[in-house]
Amino acid sequence: MARALIHVPASAKKGDIIEIKTLISHVMETGYRIGVTGQPIPRDIIDDFVCTYNGEEVFHATLYPAIAANPYITFFTVATESGTLAFSWTDQHGATQVQTAAITVE
Amino acid sequence: MSRATLVIAVVIVATTVARAADIPLDQRRSDSDFVSADTRAMQNDDTANPAMLVVLDGETLWNTRAGATNKSCTDCHGDAKKSMKGVAARYPAFAAKLGRPVDLEQEINLSRVTDQKAAALPFESKELLALTAYIARQSRGMPVAVKDDAKAKPFIDAGRVIYERRQGQLDLSCAQCHDDNWGKKLAGNPVPQAMANGYPIYRLEWQEVGSLQRRLRNCMSGMRAEPYDFGAPELVDLEYFLMWRARGLAMESPAVRP
Amino acid sequence: MDRDRSRREILQAAGILAGCGALLQLSIRPATATPEMMKDAVRGVIGEAPVKKGKVKLDLPPLVENGNSVPCTVSVDSPMTADDYVKAIHIFNEKNPQPNVISVKLGPRAGRASFSTRIRLADSQNVTAIAELSDGSFWSDDIDVIVTLAACVEEPKP
Repeated sequence: MARALIHVPASAKKGDIIEIKTLISHVMETGYRIGVTGQPIPRDIIDDFVCTYNGEEVFHATLYPAIAANPYITFFTVATESGTLAFSWTDQHGATQVQTAAITVE
Repeated sequence: MSRATLVIAVVIVATTVARAADIPLDQRRSDSDFVSADTRAMQNDDTANPAMLVVLDGETLWNTRAGATNKSCTDCHGDAKKSMKGVAARYPAFAAKLGRPVDLEQEINLSRVTDQKAAALPFESKELLALTAYIARQSRGMPVAVKDDAKAKPFIDAGRVIYERRQGQLDLSCAQCHDDNWGKKLAGNPVPQAMANGYPIYRLEWQEVGSLQRRLRNCMSGMRAEPYDFGAPELVDLEYFLMWRARGLAMESPAVRP
Repeated sequence: MDRDRSRREILQAAGILAGCGALLQLSIRPATATPEMMKDAVRGVIGEAPVKKGKVKLDLPPLVENGNSVPCTVSVDSPMTADDYVKAIHIFNEKNPQPNVISVKLGPRAGRASFSTRIRLADSQNVTAIAELSDGSFWSDDIDVIVTLAACVEEPKP
């Protein structure tokens, strides 16, 4: 499991637009760097990032090698109801990691 | 003439006269003063600073049992937020057992080997960087305060000799750039004063966290000098001099640098 | 004699520094994209639809400190209501080995059509952001960015 940091406000008023910040540990190897052997180091990137809010997709990004190592993505969503935000990162091999955060909306 | 050539030319000419003194205490500034506003913002936002991921790994290791004693750091040191407060600001420090100073990475390994009866962690390993970053984070905001008593002085002086010595194919000393030409541009980026108050750092060039020793070895390679090995006493002496030079500046670990 | 020696030192130093830069370029950029590749990539994502300048604001530092990590923010002027919202935002570049940077899918639940990330830029180049609106229109913004390499190139980690 790669280490991830997520910032979601613990609570918000219904209708507020809240900012969500995410950071995950990943080398995002481009596939273009030449290794010590003289051969390119194989590509190894996270290429998909999804955020769902009580199961509904609210943000979806396709990442390419041009995204810097340790991908940092911040975005906005409307605080509609209390519940769970789920964040999933999937790499090019199809491996997925999910992390959740709770939010109280009054 | 390219700008880099011009700077080198200025620097080489400047060295034919007696070099300037240490940067006056009130003119010293952290290296973060010379990075972009975006990089400073990245450093100061715990959700944006990739080094914080490493700090979290360090926290996990701090609480993980290790070695023949099957003890974790917590078992002896308790909550790092309390027990490690101010510690990184005092390193390098004299290790009585070895009769010479050690840096924080070496101190961690001394504890592992002697007290946990665990294997030492290799320099620049994920684990050692994580523990160092976690401990150093507990000193954030506190002034650099390495001891400069009679016991320390010979080692700080030895570090100064290395810092002021011209070396490598470029025949440059650290002082020529970082004492005499700080603030001027080299290949588009301003030359900082090389204040070591933020280590270990997330370096954009490395795309990962690394130690002060790694940075010093890079500098030496960059100057086309043979870098000292990790753990070499010369590197620790140089670290000690650099931390002494940064005395009083606020610790920023883990900092972000280009 | 001394003068010649010091002139030689300067030229040597400059040559070594320039060599460092070239070495770094070789190792991270074996092939580069071209403006044509970027146009093809754009066409691949949005088809033949016309793209108008406006509504989109792409935020990048004009002088990049280190191409490995460049902060990037895109904002699109939109009410983000069920009838009028930004469906997608795409970022493209001109000179990296590959022209795509990121593609983001949005909807009315976003509240604000804006996101930030950190990107890699291999050279001074043009970066373009294109937004697709719910009415099928496309809007763009672009910035020319200068990328300089770090001054002292380290050797590969042992």
